[in-house]
Amino acid sequence: MTRSILLQGGRVIDPSRDLDEAADVLIQDGTIAGVGRGLSAPDGADVRNVKGKIVTPGLIDLHVHLREPGNEDEETVASGARAAAAGGFTAICAMPNTDPVTDNQAAVGFIVRQSSRAAGARVYPIGAVSIGQKGERLAEFGEMVSAGAVAVSDDGKPVVSSHLMRTALEYARTFNIPVADHCEDPTLAAGGVMHEGLVSTRLGLKGIPSAAEEIMVARDVLLAELTGGHVHLCHMSARGSVAIIREAKERGIRVTAEVTPHHLTLTDYACEEYDTHAKMNPPLREAADVAALRGALKDGVIDCIASDHAPHAYDEKEAAFDDAPFGVVGLETAFAVAHTELVCTGVFTLPELIRRMSTEPARAFHVAGGTLAPGSVADIAVFDPAAKWSVDPDTFHSKSHNTPFAGRALTGRAFLTIVAGSIVHEQTAGR
Amino acid sequence: MTSSLGKDLTGLEHMTPEQIRLILDTAEPFKEVSERPIKKVPALRGKTIVNLFFEASTRTRISFEFAEKRLSADTVNVAASGSSVSKGETLVDTAKNLEAMRIDMVVIRHPSSGAAEFLGNRIASNVINAGDGKHEHPTQALLDLLTIRDKHGKIEGLKVCLVGDVLHSRVARSNIWGLSKLGAEVAVCGPWTLMPRGIEDLGVKVFSRIEEAIEWADVLNVLRLQLERMEKGFIPSLREYYRVFGVTPERLERAPRDITIMHPGPMNRGVEIDSRVADGPHSIILEQVTNGVAVRMAVLYLLAGGRAELADAAKRGGGGSE
Repeated sequence: MTRSILLQGGRVIDPSRDLDEAADVLIQDGTIAGVGRGLSAPDGADVRNVKGKIVTPGLIDLHVHLREPGNEDEETVASGARAAAAGGFTAICAMPNTDPVTDNQAAVGFIVRQSSRAAGARVYPIGAVSIGQKGERLAEFGEMVSAGAVAVSDDGKPVVSSHLMRTALEYARTFNIPVADHCEDPTLAAGGVMHEGLVSTRLGLKGIPSAAEEIMVARDVLLAELTGGHVHLCHMSARGSVAIIREAKERGIRVTAEVTPHHLTLTDYACEEYDTHAKMNPPLREAADVAALRGALKDGVIDCIASDHAPHAYDEKEAAFDDAPFGVVGLETAFAVAHTELVCTGVFTLPELIRRMSTEPARAFHVAGGTLAPGSVADIAVFDPAAKWSVDPDTFHSKSHNTPFAGRALTGRAFLTIVAGSIVHEQTAGR
Repeated sequence: MTSSLGKDLTGLEHMTPEQIRLILDTAEPFKEVSERPIKKVPALRGKTIVNLFFEASTRTRISFEFAEKRLSADTVNVAASGSSVSKGETLVDTAKNLEAMRIDMVVIRHPSSGAAEFLGNRIASNVINAGDGKHEHPTQALLDLLTIRDKHGKIEGLKVCLVGDVLHSRVARSNIWGLSKLGAEVAVCGPWTLMPRGIEDLGVKVFSRIEEAIEWADVLNVLRLQLERMEKGFIPSLREYYRVFGVTPERLERAPRDITIMHPGPMNRGVEIDSRVADGPHSIILEQVTNGVAVRMAVLYLLAGGRAELADAAKRGGGGSE
């Protein structure tokens, strides 16, 4: 039995109940026992004064890449869970593009087992849509769900065949899980390494037009309408996609969508000087796209922020832009980047941000957490909203350091992360 | 030491008009060296230069090699095939190994845009871009500028149109920067499938019809049409390309003025350019090649720390690279 914890005097923000007030939070037996003023500590409780801090449901990241099995030098389930905890996340969803692909019950079970041994955030596996992510035959959704998968996706690649996507949406509906799609028309994107626009023209790099994403977003929305299935659109990057999702939601189609911190804050100008830490897929686009994505997140057209944490070995990024792999890490910077760029600038309120990083992700994938309602699982994050720090990748808990935010001054940081009533991360001076 | 051009020459986009003029002016005295019976001056004696070519090249590689040898540098040629590159060595490892051999300069040609900058940021030696992907080919644009200046006596105010595959052309990008900085009006002409996104925002006019370009221009710089573009579907056939965009005597005859014809080579005769035009009286294609050596001598000399006013002296054997 874990020790009870009393968090005293913090600003408690619970978007699931529209709660934002100074209160204590009592945690007992891995669940939230009470939220209110002047709660008394049970005998032997770990009493923490969190005055000046904010107490929120733990963040939930629907989109991370852990490299286990296959590339454990870049990330493992344990190191990813640890990095997540350091970023204030209490649950993360691991994409199945491992080596071998997580496309069956045993492989899903392996992730669950590795997760149970890790001291950090919960790790929920996402199973593959197709066997080997080859886009041909459906994987066994039913068995993967019984082993612990919370969604299916061929992320890293789109589901190219519209027929397969249709079947996947119908079959996933049977198990009430979403199909998360990486929206990219591969014939339009082929060979592209950054956003197609003025910057790609100047740098002489092959572009990926926004239409490559928008076409697949439109297709997926139509197939969700056709099947009644739930499509979750990964890492939206283009303003045209936002318009399509907005219209789909107005028509009542079951669609959810996510956006990454980097697509909310950076543009294709970050690729100047061939900085491979700005190479990701989908690519960073234009200022008008950033503005549209922020607006969509604010009004709920885009449901949540997901990091698309994609670890790569340092020497893989140390290459010509064409040759470097796509992707950046994000678990340890996601909250701070969003807080600095969206909350400190007055675009979002703190409760709005927490809603997009905790409550809505929990709803989209039907996972526990996202609330501080008494009786709920005690997955809690405490943030110091005033903490000033600068991003030093060498201090990351992640095994990889490929971030576009290195050296950036940020405000706000995870102070305490609690999973199932146990403290899994505590911010100490110097790291 | 850092020269008046900086450490590296990776492109013209970030150069000042003064730096570009300095190179062109420095090239002038070097032209004469190649006309001598003994084509050699000691300006870069004792310097070691590596020509690192990850892509096939004849003209550019030979031009650089002549420029280096005529300045008395010691040169080594490394081609991608038959070297450690073909054994999977990464660019950064190649760079570090070269650096470990204590060289002075690297001339690099690479299929990836940004490769020259990548190398320049990682080694202390001077790096000269001999063409990186679709990004820049600065010495080609510099020799184009010099040849235009020789022919017309000026660059400012001239109307120069780049014709053809602008999308994949590093020559086009470098020419757009160089010409614009020196005050020329720049246009591009070709099918929209071969125009990069946002090209108008670089301050150039776009013509979809070659007839309009010919009506407008003082100079046509006809780009090579890579034959693989047809296989990749950017154009339906070479036959149609010639019919619609080929630079022919018949089209040029209707121009209001004599038009200077340039081509960076190698030419596809009968595709982007008619032989009668390439070999005609207004073609300065071979002058471009001749000037290539002088421009590259100027770049090598300036990057090595040579001062422009000493180029004449260097030519006579008086040093100047100290």
